[in-house]
Amino acid sequence: MDYITLAHGSGGKASHQLIEGLFYKHFQNDILLQGNDASILPKFSGRIAVSTDSFVIHPIFFPGGDIGKLSVYGTVNDLAMSGAKPLYITLAFIIEEGFSMGDLEKIVASIGEAAKEAGVKIVAGDTKVVESGSVDQIYINTTGIGILPEDIDIGGQNAKAGDKIIISGTIGDHGTAIMALRKGFEFSIDLESDCGLLSGMIHEILHTGAKVKVLRDPTRGGLATTLNEISKQSNVGLLLEEAAVPVKHEVRSMCEILGLDPIYIANEGKLVVIVAEEDAEAVLGVMKSHPMGKDAAIIGTVVHSPQGQVYVKTEIGGTRILQMPVGELLPRIC
Amino acid sequence: MRNYRRFIKVTGIVQGVGFRPFVYRIALEENLKGWVNNTAVGVRIEVEGNLENLEAFQRKLTEEAPPLSKVEEVIVENLPYFGYDSFNIEKSHGKEEVLTLISPDVSICAQCEEEIKNADNHRYGYPFTNCTNCGPRFSIIQQLPYDREMTTMKKFPMCDKCKEEYKNPLDRRFHAQPNACPDCGPRMWLTDQRGNPIDTQDPMEELYRRLKAGAIVGVKGLGGFQLVCDGKNPAAVQKLRTRKRRPWKPFALMMRDLKTLRAYCHVNEKEEEILTGIQKPILLLDKKNEGLPESIAPGQKRLGIMLPYTPLHHLLFHGSLEVLIMTSGNISGLPIEYKNEEAIDHLGEIVDCFLLHDREIHIPVDDSVSRVVLGKERLIRRSRGYAPIPIKIEGIEETLACGSHLKNTFCISKKDMAFFGQHIGDLENLETYQHFQACVDHFKSVYGIQPHIIAHDLHPEYLSTVYAEKETGDKVAIQHHHAHIASCMAEHGIHEPVIGIAYDGTGYGTDGKIWGGEFLICDYEGFQRVGHLNYMRMPGGETAVKEPWRMAASQLYALRGEALELPLSMEVSEEEKTNIIQVLKHQLNCPETSSMGRLFDSVAGLLGICKTITYEAQGAIELEGISNLSESIPYSYQLEILDEAYVVNTRPIIEEIIQDIEKGVEASRIAGRFHETVIRFTIELCCKIYEKYGISKIVLSGGVFQNEILLKEVYYRLTEKDFQVYMHEQIPCNDGGIALGQLVIANRRIKKGDNKSCV
Ligand SMILES: [Fe+3]
Ligand SMILES: [Mg+2]
Ligand SMILES: [Zn+2]
Ligand SMILES: [Zn+2]
Repeated sequence: MDYITLAHGSGGKASHQLIEGLFYKHFQNDILLQGNDASILPKFSGRIAVSTDSFVIHPIFFPGGDIGKLSVYGTVNDLAMSGAKPLYITLAFIIEEGFSMGDLEKIVASIGEAAKEAGVKIVAGDTKVVESGSVDQIYINTTGIGILPEDIDIGGQNAKAGDKIIISGTIGDHGTAIMALRKGFEFSIDLESDCGLLSGMIHEILHTGAKVKVLRDPTRGGLATTLNEISKQSNVGLLLEEAAVPVKHEVRSMCEILGLDPIYIANEGKLVVIVAEEDAEAVLGVMKSHPMGKDAAIIGTVVHSPQGQVYVKTEIGGTRILQMPVGELLPRIC
Repeated sequence: MRNYRRFIKVTGIVQGVGFRPFVYRIALEENLKGWVNNTAVGVRIEVEGNLENLEAFQRKLTEEAPPLSKVEEVIVENLPYFGYDSFNIEKSHGKEEVLTLISPDVSICAQCEEEIKNADNHRYGYPFTNCTNCGPRFSIIQQLPYDREMTTMKKFPMCDKCKEEYKNPLDRRFHAQPNACPDCGPRMWLTDQRGNPIDTQDPMEELYRRLKAGAIVGVKGLGGFQLVCDGKNPAAVQKLRTRKRRPWKPFALMMRDLKTLRAYCHVNEKEEEILTGIQKPILLLDKKNEGLPESIAPGQKRLGIMLPYTPLHHLLFHGSLEVLIMTSGNISGLPIEYKNEEAIDHLGEIVDCFLLHDREIHIPVDDSVSRVVLGKERLIRRSRGYAPIPIKIEGIEETLACGSHLKNTFCISKKDMAFFGQHIGDLENLETYQHFQACVDHFKSVYGIQPHIIAHDLHPEYLSTVYAEKETGDKVAIQHHHAHIASCMAEHGIHEPVIGIAYDGTGYGTDGKIWGGEFLICDYEGFQRVGHLNYMRMPGGETAVKEPWRMAASQLYALRGEALELPLSMEVSEEEKTNIIQVLKHQLNCPETSSMGRLFDSVAGLLGICKTITYEAQGAIELEGISNLSESIPYSYQLEILDEAYVVNTRPIIEEIIQDIEKGVEASRIAGRFHETVIRFTIELCCKIYEKYGISKIVLSGGVFQNEILLKEVYYRLTEKDFQVYMHEQIPCNDGGIALGQLVIANRRIKKGDNKSCV
């Protein structure tokens, strides 16, 4: 069979074929194989972290990743941002009738690989098929569960004046890659999503014993939005050095053409770390030696005031105020 | 003869302008007894004498008031006779409910100038010479009442000689708060670029030597630092451009005297009056010849020139120096520097040396920029010499209007007085934003204003809007172009509905699009958009403002689609062309605009006049500059009707311009015909709106009206058709003027109980 039909979501024979022929093949693990209405997880000791996210990206395959990989990484990364060790995820598909079986298999395989890479088990799942036109190809929801070591206190409210701000690599890669594809740009520029797993690098950072205050992945709304949120949660100012923020040449070119600022563009495999000043160099070193952080850089400092805002020291010597975007960026200059 | 006693209260600008000695003098002339004092509320007088003398005294009080004073109100009460035996000037009083007006900084007077140039005078060569008729005011006042103790002159105790002048009611320096002399007053010194004092016997001689050798000097002036170099030395001018990273924007000049100025520029009577007046703005004047380096104002027909306005400036024109570049001492985009240490920090890389002094500037004030069009002074930047002169508007409450994003100026009011702040600058940086906050705070505290109405622009991302959101009070969001028109209406005290034409760069519209070519029927409460330019796409949003070629490409795309051919004049690469087509095709970050500024940019872009701008409105300014007006055949346009509003379809204009470019018609003729076209459709639209709505008062506002060809022709031709046309004079037509409009509209809306933002 080449295409997904409504029968695949009906709970009948076709559904079973899908589950056993495709999902079990790629996700096999003891808990999933319990085969009951609910999966029973072993006993946890300690605090539990939970995160959920739905993935509705277009296009579903893009340079550097696909919707499957993204839906695992996204949720696992969110768990890791709290300092938790990710253990399990659940998976729910909403698929448009007529979707290619081959593409579904590619996505499922990609999910299986990503889960293996992240060291998480897929412990529950669901598939719905809806009439053609009700959704755009395929939507995926994942929920993740992780366990939080006792002494961990990481959160957006913990930044203090003097702390250093580190970014794990170049910004804007994912957003520009997706934009270029989605809009059918005929560009000579090569852009690739940074879609990647951050839990490994976070594990190593936390292992150094550094005083890590905040971990965030600057996804939708880009670095500017993430930092604005932190500045408000912690009631501090965040001061960036424009020249220190790593941006790929290709991304910069694309942004210049579109009149956009890479700092507002989405990332899918980047990490912002806010860490006590004395630990900054050590953390930077660990990040740089990890494949996900080879372009890591200290990009700024937490300051007392003015509070609740993000600033960029520009190369000509001014301090630009980096506002939280209010929807579409509309021209202000005459 | 019977004696009477009267109590007289005078309000207005009556402090620090020699008002009390003037009262003293006329009291003596009329043989009256009593006293005069200064309070925060104004000047209070008690006089006794016979009726005839009292009447004469009262007449003189308003008719002969000192030149710098501005009497707002005189209140007279009769009191029972008391029997004073002399007339005295009493000490200042503080406290009472305040509304004294602060005088702007005033250019040096003729007498003081004579003193500093007279080798026999005690103040010969003394750069801080001033008197009751001249000198710093607004920039050094920390609090009211205006008293030396409340100014930055506090730290210079007067010597005996100065004290004597200060105490003598018949002396020119009687109660001149900043009075100073070489023995007791502020000092000036020369330093290298790092602020280390340069050891020299005669700093002015040394400075002269350096200026002649092409040095750039950071001079601490009256309201802030100025960057100065020899305007006749092209290498020095070029060096300043490079170091200031300012490749094209014209520099202002200061010239030794009117005679020097006349050698380079045409000056009419009105212009002479402004140049030599007490406000001394930078005045834009038509060049007479090419006698000065082209790099001062590349591609411009005009020069911005001022005459010396402080003793220090006069001293700079030493030896053969007669033309100096004098531009604001700031890093591009940041506020003017006004503190020694900070200036050394920030400007050290730009200058070769500094001329510093130790009279602190409390509130920085940039130079004002002005010009004369249609026989009237029209301010472009209202700052030194003008701020904080209030505009009187009946019935306004304590309100703060936060102004625009670029060229910000705020306006704050109390008791029928709208105080227009000095030029703040572009609110893109933290430094400028903090400067804005500090100035607002200063005005609030010095006038004792606690605004309960907060007016701001409709644009959600203006920093002035963000500021307004944090203030407490009734917030009123005001459409940008409504504010432009209302500002001009308020300036002329117009109360009935008008046709407002706002030709502008960028303003947030009520439909979420970017407006700027608008015909509004409006009063202070609301407006109806009865006409506008057709919407155009701005590929790349703000980037399209900075790169006029993008607007040109957008217009071509609208006409031709992907098959568009860009004229060679645009100098656009194949790659740029492919990319811009992609952006337009997929409408990624392509907001729509009806802006006249962008229409000018489109034409400037097509003609290749200006691919990328380096200062605001460069494309439009250069387009005006090259226009040849000898041919008056307009291009085609159409007036269409959409949702009950007229829409000017400008696409045929672009179509015919492309054809002209292809035919090889010179850019100057195309530019001329384009101007003619804009003028024609403006007039035609006014006539149509008049026919439909019966309104014949027309108000012109928005930054595009800085275009002189447009302003004059629209004025002449509308007037010919019996329209009454109002244009800005004391309030800038650009975004520096919108705060006044915001203030008036917000007041009216709150009074009507309607603060639901826009119409
Ligand atoms: Fe405007
Ligand atoms: Mg989530
Ligand atoms: Zn004087
Ligand atoms: Zn003295």
